[in-house]
Amino acid sequence: MHLPRPHTDGMAPWTPRLKLTDDDFTLFGLPPKQAQDRAQIDALWRDLQARVHPDRFAADGAAAQRVAMQWAVRVNEAYRRLKDPLLRGAYLCELRGTPIQAEDNTAMPGVFLMQQMQWREALDEAVDLPAVQALEADVATHEQALHEDLQLALDVRDDAATAAATVRALMFVSRFRQDIAKRIEALDA
Amino acid sequence: MALLQISEPGQAPDPHQRRIVVGIDLGTTHSLVAAMRHGVPECLPDAQGRVLLPSVVRYLDGGRRQIGFEARDAQAEDAAHTVSSAKRFMGRRLADVQATQDLTRLPYSFIDQPGMLSIATRDGAKTPVEVSAEILATLRQRAEDSFDTDDIFGAVITVPAYFDDAQRQATKDAAQLAGLNVLRLISEPTAAALAYGLDHGSEGLYAVYDLGGGTFDISLLRLQRGVFEVVATGGDAALGGDDIDHALADWALDRSGVVAQSAQDKQAALTAARATKEALSGADTAPWQARIGGVLHSVPVARAQLDALAQPLIARTLAAVRKVLRDARLSRDDVQGVVMVGGSTRMPAVREAVRALFGPEWPGQVLTDVNPDEVVAIGAARQADALAGNAAMSGQGEMLLLDVIALSLGLETMGGLVERIIERNTTIPVAKAQDFTTFKDGQTALALHVVQGERDLVSECRSLARFELRGIPPMVAGAARIRVSFQVDADGLLSVSAREQVSGVETAVTVKPSYGLADEQIAQMLKDGFAHADTDMAARKLREARVDAERMVLATRAALAADAALLPPEECDAIEVLLTETTYLAAGDDADAIEAAVEALATGTEAFAAARMNQGIRQALAGRSIDAI
Repeated sequence: MHLPRPHTDGMAPWTPRLKLTDDDFTLFGLPPKQAQDRAQIDALWRDLQARVHPDRFAADGAAAQRVAMQWAVRVNEAYRRLKDPLLRGAYLCELRGTPIQAEDNTAMPGVFLMQQMQWREALDEAVDLPAVQALEADVATHEQALHEDLQLALDVRDDAATAAATVRALMFVSRFRQDIAKRIEALDA
Repeated sequence: MALLQISEPGQAPDPHQRRIVVGIDLGTTHSLVAAMRHGVPECLPDAQGRVLLPSVVRYLDGGRRQIGFEARDAQAEDAAHTVSSAKRFMGRRLADVQATQDLTRLPYSFIDQPGMLSIATRDGAKTPVEVSAEILATLRQRAEDSFDTDDIFGAVITVPAYFDDAQRQATKDAAQLAGLNVLRLISEPTAAALAYGLDHGSEGLYAVYDLGGGTFDISLLRLQRGVFEVVATGGDAALGGDDIDHALADWALDRSGVVAQSAQDKQAALTAARATKEALSGADTAPWQARIGGVLHSVPVARAQLDALAQPLIARTLAAVRKVLRDARLSRDDVQGVVMVGGSTRMPAVREAVRALFGPEWPGQVLTDVNPDEVVAIGAARQADALAGNAAMSGQGEMLLLDVIALSLGLETMGGLVERIIERNTTIPVAKAQDFTTFKDGQTALALHVVQGERDLVSECRSLARFELRGIPPMVAGAARIRVSFQVDADGLLSVSAREQVSGVETAVTVKPSYGLADEQIAQMLKDGFAHADTDMAARKLREARVDAERMVLATRAALAADAALLPPEECDAIEVLLTETTYLAAGDDADAIEAAVEALATGTEAFAAARMNQGIRQALAGRSIDAI
């Protein structure tokens, strides 16, 4: 069998401490903060999947398979949110009682919208691969600055409202980066 | 009941519990079967000692057929009735195939059909599924001969990473027709990485460049302590070494100033081109020689000429490599090695192009030290062994494959647009939900159309399933909250459910592509005397039930021995009762009763399994925090 011996930790051993409904940070044993080490999240995910993936229970019958499936799905769901700083930030805002509500909340600062328009124009005018890649690098720099703002709002100032606004801005940037990616793909095919 | 099992590494404690499973590489040009023998995976040879089986089936009079080398040797003289490269047509309608390749170059007479095209032969119309089933049945027979058994438990079959659901379903249908139980389909580059990584003990990020006869795949995998994580995958399901053969044949025909009119001539030109291409992997020049219209034509070909003809095709593969790196947001320097797989990677021009793509500064390596023909089947055999539970039973349960879906899954929304629910390259198993609403006042039903693909228009994606959510209470437009959930299990099987949140009405489907063969069609084909050996189904069922019971009892006892402390004593006793019952019935002859007992044991141990899973997770976290300190 793959699971190691039980370790006694003073609790009634048959009381499960983790539930499928626990939040992502609890599930991965991480502090609920925006600042995270990606390599550590990756390593935790692999360790967790190595314990819960249905294929590890191929010989153990249907019951173990069913339980394993639920946990493997849950672990993948948590991993998807934790590893992506944008999704992680949005999730933290939600945990702190300030959901993002991107559909109902499209008001953005004028400066930001201006920037978006300039980028869109630049993308329309870019004729070759190097031009699009230069734009991409510029956008990436701005995105990085927004991520730093987000981390500051969540981890230092505990200002979920500002954080949520920054997440919405990042969602705009992320969509624009998808458009850039499509252009690059077309130019490189 | 044995108290202690002593076994050598790599060997099951008891031969009864070791299931014989195989890995099959169902290739465009060649197919292979591999299995674990004495703890080592190896390709199984035929009676003449050959491991490759040409993926060619020749249909003769009176329902007779030739498969493999015999068929391939007869290809030039009987081209119209000798089907090769059937993999290119799997799960495809005529229009799909015409969009990606020039069918006039092929010697077949195609029949357009709603689900999948057929090829007219003197033995009647044959679907690509039936052709593939002949090849799979031949390999199954080979495995049965090798192990002197008629009891192959199951197979892992490889498919190109880029195969969509229709192509995968067609592959499964072919396996069913050949009497093979499919444990799982895995992608070819993934199988290659499993074999390469396990054999070399490699760790880190690797790319697998797989250029086969008819398909090109590129995958990125991260290997770490026995966990194989597919990071991203891409490719072109209609690009391969065959295309190079066609380009060379066209060029040589042009040079000799002849036109290949008949099916025979076309095939002769192609066969000659393949031979020339293969010779040019070693020599600088080789002749192209083919009998066209009864006259032998010969054209000298320099390697540089072949390289020039292959260049556009190679360039397409390189674009796919760049794309998969962008998808994964990784750079070339992150890649430690590129494992070259597929017979076409023997071409020096291909190897050089890949090396050039990564640049002179690149610290990684182009790895050509695997047998490009065998490595995929070997990897499939490894995964089959793990999925049959053999690896775990023999203490080798260290390998785990974390696979992804290769193509995005979504729903049709207003205006024929696709709303993607699960993006490609998402690790499975996965579940995701999205909320939709009604767009008309008083709307009581919602039609759901599940599609697969990367394009924004439904018309450019593959349709997977349609179903309806009915009985929504009349509300104003936009008031209903309909949550649609997609779930893809570890086998890649998609289920979709829809639920109106206010009223609680719901509906669900497990998606089986509408263009795959219906079960009745398969049953009919089996009845029509498809060439697979008769097996005593009842005896087989009893044997299977007993093996399941034995293994389940063994696994549960091992679990109790390790973790009985997780359960209150009365629950331990309840499980003991179930174990005794299962053991008693397994000694009898009633397969249904044994299956019922195994299911009861499974249900009765569910809470125990959950508690053990929980403990495993906590230990993973505890181990991690100690590492972190």
